[in-house]
Amino acid sequence: MASQIVRRVLARSSNHNSSLTRSLDRFFFSSSTTAAAATNGSITATLFPGDGIGPEIAESVKLVFKSAEVPIEWEEHYVGTEIDPRTQSFLTWESLESVRRNRVGLKGPMATPIGKGHRSLNLTLRKELNLYANVRPCYSLPGYKTRYDDVDLITIRENTEGEYSGLEHQVVRGVVESLKIITRQASLRVAEYAFHYAKTHGRERVSAIHKANIMQKTDGLFLKCCREVAEKYPEITYEEVIIDNCCMMLVKNPALFDVLVMPNLYGDIISDLCAGLIGGLGLTPSCNIGEGGIALAEAVHGSAPDIAGKNMANPTALLLSAVTMLRHLELHDKADQIQNAILTTIAEGKYRTIDIGGSSSTSDFTKALCDHL
Amino acid sequence: MYRRRLLPLLRHHLTQHYRSITYMPRPASATPRHVTLIPGDGIGPLVTSAVVSVFSALHAPIIFEPYEVHGTMPSVPRDVIESIRRNKVCIKGGLSTPVGGGVSSLNVAMRKELDLFASLVHCRNMEGLTTRHRGVDIVVVRENTEGEYAGLEHEVVPGVVESLKVITKFCSERIAKYAFEYAYLNNRKKVTAVHKANIMKLADGLFLESCREVAQNYPGIEYNEIIVDNCCMQLVSKPEQFDVMVTPNLYGNLVANTAAGIAGGTGLMPGGNVGPDYAIFEQGASAGNVGNEKIVEQKKANPVALLLSSAMMLRHLQFPSFADRLKTAVQRVIKEGKHYTKDLGGDSTTQDVVDAVIANLD
Repeated sequence: MASQIVRRVLARSSNHNSSLTRSLDRFFFSSSTTAAAATNGSITATLFPGDGIGPEIAESVKLVFKSAEVPIEWEEHYVGTEIDPRTQSFLTWESLESVRRNRVGLKGPMATPIGKGHRSLNLTLRKELNLYANVRPCYSLPGYKTRYDDVDLITIRENTEGEYSGLEHQVVRGVVESLKIITRQASLRVAEYAFHYAKTHGRERVSAIHKANIMQKTDGLFLKCCREVAEKYPEITYEEVIIDNCCMMLVKNPALFDVLVMPNLYGDIISDLCAGLIGGLGLTPSCNIGEGGIALAEAVHGSAPDIAGKNMANPTALLLSAVTMLRHLELHDKADQIQNAILTTIAEGKYRTIDIGGSSSTSDFTKALCDHL
Repeated sequence: MYRRRLLPLLRHHLTQHYRSITYMPRPASATPRHVTLIPGDGIGPLVTSAVVSVFSALHAPIIFEPYEVHGTMPSVPRDVIESIRRNKVCIKGGLSTPVGGGVSSLNVAMRKELDLFASLVHCRNMEGLTTRHRGVDIVVVRENTEGEYAGLEHEVVPGVVESLKVITKFCSERIAKYAFEYAYLNNRKKVTAVHKANIMKLADGLFLESCREVAQNYPGIEYNEIIVDNCCMQLVSKPEQFDVMVTPNLYGNLVANTAAGIAGGTGLMPGGNVGPDYAIFEQGASAGNVGNEKIVEQKKANPVALLLSSAMMLRHLQFPSFADRLKTAVQRVIKEGKHYTKDLGGDSTTQDVVDAVIANLD
């Protein structure tokens, strides 16, 4: 078992070390795609409507983008009904190729079919597209009152390793070991992205969340990588916060935080905590960043099969995720326009969907949004 | 001089305070008990001296044996451990742990050595203090010896580090038993197990299996399970749904600090670590138990958490009347709202709060 682990980890690290310098250039969104946008006039993006309420809210997004005259052409792909042997899941090879080609995508909620013999859809996307960072901007929506009014933070979570490596085994009966792996390469990658994001979005502070007083070598390595990257960005304040302190400060005073960068497990918990602060997963945008500047924005809520097809769903999460996608593409003015429209519509209170206390349908809400553009 | 006695007397008659039910002790129960006292680092000495002052005002039958322990020591001194083994009970302030410094945490080392497998934090809204969340009354029971805190780490190749998380049936079973026993003895209605078994199927799966087995022995107590990320989200939006929560080591740390934060802050929540033979009482949730330099300089640390923990200790030592008096006095101070330290939004020093508590003792 130990030799298997060493082999797997060595293979990963050697692969990455050689391509590290090459991929560093292609890491972030390169200027080539904006050039393409300027010449063609439109960018192609992959759209996975998903299941349940997915198609309705995807329609909503398409309508809003058309009204705002965003230069994006959608290429729709659906989850198949059979397992594709090339990807070992219900997502076809063509869908994945499309995302790799277009560099941007938007994904609605997908219900993982129950059964064996195939990988979960999210896992397939993550492994095949090498999505290494999960970005969730959390800001309070004016007009939707929660107990917290001044939340404005971004959580950036390392998405590939850490506690979620899935390497567990039973040593003897009644004793189970689970491995947590932290590599320099993955930590550097996510730290680089965090600081780059902070710089391009005008954020002043990056906080690394850790438990290095207990897990000294693993979280210590993560912190070392963050510190190295912090030195390259002297204009951004860098601090380190222990995770229990962070949890407490988040629930007492979330305005203290700006950009948070974390390993996998802490990121999972903290990003859901922050989503809870602003009103739940139904309102939270999310974006996965992959190697080579791939961005796959997604709605993190479920597919809600009980309200599917009834024109009752709230498209806010998918719309805000699409806005995150636009920001990644550096179409900031369009992104701001749509975001302001969303915030104004919710703040006004006349057109709100049922889950946030109103009585409008999806189509009414979308129409009100388009009017506000 | 009369004023000092008149005010509490007046307050006693004006407030609805009924004498608690007669507790019939065994003969010679009033023999003073020895308790090990570890001031610790940072704000530790401040808050432990607060406890000592209040106990002497109470005339509680406790004799403190103070010992110096600092987070920078390589290990806990032998005589401290001997003292705790002798006295069975200890009260301590926080011990600082240098980050990434190669020195393992002394807090964790003490818990492992004395086999204090359960860490308990009682997070509850206190009357008089406005918080964003109302109706919070959560007890977090956290496994204290294994899990992610096993401390087994090593560098595989340069740039790749592994850390082992160990979950055993033995430890999971005993923490589940402790949680259900606590719920039964304290009239709690629900126990929630917090886990991440959808990802860590074997490890947290074993933990859940143990909890389910124990739950079957307590049919009168409701049992449910919740994934840790959903749990944090629910804590922030609907904390009233939780009662007793049982968790492995790392999640317990996060959940306890989040629950303490929503109920008013870690400066207020009592708690302790308990094992088959010994008990150590300290500030419940670990965040901020050492404080920062500014608070130490200005002496504005919040002693309420340690005072309430020492009330728990008095109950543990079977001195319920002293415990009730101390708790009532602290509750009165919080309700009045005139002596709040910095973390509660006020400007009082630790000494102000201590004086207020002593003045409110009846």
